[in-house]
Parts: sequence; structure tokens; C-alpha cells
Amino acid sequence: MTLGLHLPGDSVIHRLPVGWKIGCLLLASTGLFLVSDPAWLALALAGVAILVIVARIPPSVMARQMAPALVILAILVAVQAIFASGREALELGLRFGALLPLACLVTFTSRVSDMIEFIERITAPLARIGFDPAAVALALTLAIRFIPVLFQLMTEIRDAQRARGLERSPLAFFAPLLIRTLKMAHEVSEAIEARGDPAPPDGPAGRSRANRK
Amino acid sequence: MVVKHVVHIALFAAIVAALGLMPPIPLPVIPVPITAQSMGAMLAGSILGARRGGLALVVFIALVMIGMPILSGGRGGFGVFMGPTAGFILSWAVAAFMIGHLTERSWSRLTLARLIAFNVLGGIVVVYGIGIAWLSLVSGVPIDKALYGSAVFIPGDIVKCVLASMIAMTVKRSYPVIRR
Repeated sequence: MTLGLHLPGDSVIHRLPVGWKIGCLLLASTGLFLVSDPAWLALALAGVAILVIVARIPPSVMARQMAPALVILAILVAVQAIFASGREALELGLRFGALLPLACLVTFTSRVSDMIEFIERITAPLARIGFDPAAVALALTLAIRFIPVLFQLMTEIRDAQRARGLERSPLAFFAPLLIRTLKMAHEVSEAIEARGDPAPPDGPAGRSRANRK
Repeated sequence: MVVKHVVHIALFAAIVAALGLMPPIPLPVIPVPITAQSMGAMLAGSILGARRGGLALVVFIALVMIGMPILSGGRGGFGVFMGPTAGFILSWAVAAFMIGHLTERSWSRLTLARLIAFNVLGGIVVVYGIGIAWLSLVSGVPIDKALYGSAVFIPGDIVKCVLASMIAMTVKRSYPVIRR
């Protein structure tokens, strides 16, 4: 089971550091909300189209990812066209029409592991207010690791309940799922502690306090 | 932070993610199957409490943001948060925190009715409040029109509040987490 929207490639955009891409996306989104001239918005849309071509993202992949958002956008554009003005509808359509593929572009050209590293780096200053960047990275990587495990568990529970004729009972699905997940969490945390806390809060005493919890 | 708390946060984030990968669950009585993912915030809040429940949803949102296609329908990435309905997803973290806070406060005298009220407050009032305000702000669509458009989903979400509360009460009886 592979997860992730990253599309490997070696374009300029793929090679750009993740932090730069996210920074540019934030700047561009702010810019797009400050600009209201349809001509400039159309220019921005054309610019985004060029970037998508440069990164060699297949249009079908892009379309599939954007489809649900585009449906909602189309409804909103229609609402604005009816109740506000054509110009406002055009502005809305162009603004999000540029922003959505740009944001998807950042996702398609960046590796999840690079993103986690980036999050760890930008949350590092929060250590001063008692926030642990290592805990952030641990939570993210553990969650990613356990998505397929839990998906497997869900499939098993669903099949078991179907065999009992309980496939239409949400309680028969969720109660065992949650209780088994909580038990699993207990085992996983004991395994992590047994392998040693990379930075125990205050030596072995700190660890045994954590164990009692 | 205690290791076990980090693991709770991560595993609940993974549950919400895996729910997005599961096909919708059929329900008794109601003919429409539900996507169970939006119950994630309610379950995380009413089982893990404010801090862990809220952070579990923050981790889930971070996973979506860094490019995991774990929102129901296989969506993910920054595009989700640049779309007009981003407020609904972001509000889940606030909802889980709030549901968790209310649940913790009345943990020893928690009843099903009370938990349903908490879940409606967090899972509907908070989610729709933030979601609709965001939608109206970024798209320029008037707030009343945004509200009418979203209102069709409210009955289904009330069903989810009742279900999530029943499930959380069952879990509380056999494996309580908040005050152990």
C-alpha cells in the first residue's frame, strides 16, 4: 500500500527546496487575494499553467485531484453570477482557478519526507515554549506508519461483522476498532519506551513516571 | 509530553486517515451510506479529551497538507486548503478540542444525552460556523447563501453526532482514557 501524492520528476520545480515552494505558495495566495483586476488574475492563471507544464504534471492527474474543489467552485461562481455581478463571479473563478493548481503543484513536486523535515525545522523554535519538535516528527511518522495498519484492522472488523450480519451497525464496527486501537497504542508506547527515549525528561525517573501514566 | 500521549495522538490521526480510505458505511434506516471521516473529530474529542483529541486532528490536517491523499475521495495536499471549503476541514481540530474539553469537564457524570449535546456543539455548531464563515470570506458569497448551501448536510451530521456519542460511551465503559 503506497500513499502520497508526490510525482517523482527532475524539473526545476521538483528540485526547489520545499521551504521555498511553500513560501512562494503563501506569497502567491496572499497576492491573489489582494489583486481584483481580472486581467492580472488571468495573467496569474496563465503563469500557473506554465509552471504546471514545466513540472510535467500530467493534466489528467491534476484534473482528478482538483475535480471535487472545481465542482464547488463552479457552484459558487454561479451563485455570484446570479446574486452579485458577472465581474465578481469572474474574479472568484480566476482567483481559485489559479490558486488550486498552484497548491496542487507544490504537493505533486514535493516528497512527504522533505515536508516532515521542513515541519520539524520550522517547529524547532517552539522548543523554548515547551513544545518538542521531536515529538511532532514522531507523531507524524507514527501516524503515517499506522494508516495501513488501521486500514487493515478496519477491513478485518468489517468482514467479521458482516459474517455476523452486523454490517449495518456502526457500533459493531467502531467499538472494537477504537478499543483495539487504544490497546495497540499502549503496546506501541511501551515498545518505544523500552527502546529508550531519545531525550528522557529527567533520566530513568522521568521514564518510569511516564510508564505509570 | 508523555510518549503514550504522542502515540494516542498519532494513532487517532491514523484512524481518521484510514476512515477516509474506507468505502462509506451503510446505515440502518437511512438509505444513504455515510462517510465516517467527519466522525473522527467527534470520536477523538470524546475519547481522548481536549488536548490529545485536538492534536490528533492537527496531526491529521498536517498529513493532508504534506500530501497524503487521506481525505475521503482521495483528496489531499495544499490544494485542499486553498479551496473555498478549507474551513470545514480546519475546523475539525477546534471541534475535537472543544468536544474534548466539555467531555473532560463532566467526565464523572457523563450521560449519553450530554455527550450528544457536546458533539452537536462541536461537530455541528463549530464546524459549520468556521466552515461557512471561511467560505463566505474567501469567495465573497454572502453568508446566508453559504448557509443554505451547506444546510443539506446537517441532518446527516446530526446522525453522526448521535452515533459518535453512542460509540464513545461504549468505549468509555470498557476502556476509559481521559481519567485513568
